[in-house]
Amino acid sequence: MHEEKIFQDKLDREIKIEPQDWMPDAYRKTLIRQISQHAHSEIVGMLPEGNWITRAPSLKRKAALLAKVQDEAGHGLYLYAATETLGVTRESTIEDLNSGKAKYSSIFNYPTLTWADIGAIGWLVDGAAIMNQVMLCRTSYGPYARAMVRICKEESFHQRQGFEILLTLSRGTVAQKEMCQDAINRWWWPSLMMFGPKDDDSPHSKQSMDWKIKRKSNDELRQQFVDICAEQVKVLGMKIPDAELKWNEKKQHYDFGQIDWEEFWNVVKGNGPCNRDRLEARKKAHEDGDWVRKAAMAHAKKSKHKKQQTKVG
Amino acid sequence: MNILVRKYLYGDIPEDNSGGQPQSKNNGSNDWPLWEVFIRNKQGLDHKHVGSLHAADAQMAIENARDVYTRRMEGISIWVVESKYIHASNPDEADSMYDPANDKIYRHPTFYHLPDGLTHI
Repeated sequence: MHEEKIFQDKLDREIKIEPQDWMPDAYRKTLIRQISQHAHSEIVGMLPEGNWITRAPSLKRKAALLAKVQDEAGHGLYLYAATETLGVTRESTIEDLNSGKAKYSSIFNYPTLTWADIGAIGWLVDGAAIMNQVMLCRTSYGPYARAMVRICKEESFHQRQGFEILLTLSRGTVAQKEMCQDAINRWWWPSLMMFGPKDDDSPHSKQSMDWKIKRKSNDELRQQFVDICAEQVKVLGMKIPDAELKWNEKKQHYDFGQIDWEEFWNVVKGNGPCNRDRLEARKKAHEDGDWVRKAAMAHAKKSKHKKQQTKVG
Repeated sequence: MNILVRKYLYGDIPEDNSGGQPQSKNNGSNDWPLWEVFIRNKQGLDHKHVGSLHAADAQMAIENARDVYTRRMEGISIWVVESKYIHASNPDEADSMYDPANDKIYRHPTFYHLPDGLTHI
């Protein structure tokens, strides 16, 4: 009981919880699940974008996209490392992803059909992710918060490069403008789904809020995102595909239409357009890398042995 | 009444069947060991802990640290230490470790009250 009191006291005083500190089992489990799934999302998130690296329209775009995808790999690493501080091995965390036991953000189960999708992902998907991540910079678990601070610093270039891609298309030919609008049409609703179900349908969010893991509710974040995007889209001269999107003077927020929750659950359950492809790609990468991991370890052992022998000799 | 309770953690990811149980450390011999990374971001400053990574040996740890932690000119020097060699103080002993410093305010310059006219001190 004493330990629990110290733990609660730290939360109340906004003192971060660190790996060696006592924490309730449920808090630890919640974090392991959340941080590892966040890590998986970064890693799987490389796949839809990787699809366009070889086909980027210019060298500048290609270099930027490569850098962005490399960042995502780094973000995955920071988060996997934070997960490990809670007492799980890297290997088992990755195994959970590959076996389908662990989930990742559903947004990455949608395909990237045109170059404009890379722009829409940067603007909308990264934009939605940033909302979540800025909040998580203040999360109560120290290693998670530190990883998020690092990630947020790097992430803002992602969103800007995405918006710039769309801006260029929006000032282009008729076909380019159409391509831009089409990408926004396809990515808008899935991006709104990234914030998760409505607060009323997600009762356990409360526990995460009490533990200060989460600092804002799904609906709060989603509203914030809609308000920002509804203004930004004007700069592009494009439309958000929602007939009900309208400024509400009284609420000082935008009203927006119903999300198709059936589609949401369908994708979560594994029936999205790319669920199978994504998992197959991850598994293949892991299996193909097996001999590399073994060879590197064998090499390390051998050279260590050699070094010791020369010392003795 | 049977109510299905779901937990949402990172946005749209539901809790059920989602893995992530703490398990014993089954560090197989083929798993690369964990390293802690320290970066000096400017000549004249201390190396500072920035994070960790897995690598087969020290050289690979430094190379990976370069790729992960210095992509935006964050560093000019890298230290890596295998995590198992780090020894840490026990947080449960924090009270007895650090409390004695609490009541020794005479170790701080502000403890000493001197006349206003006195300069360069």
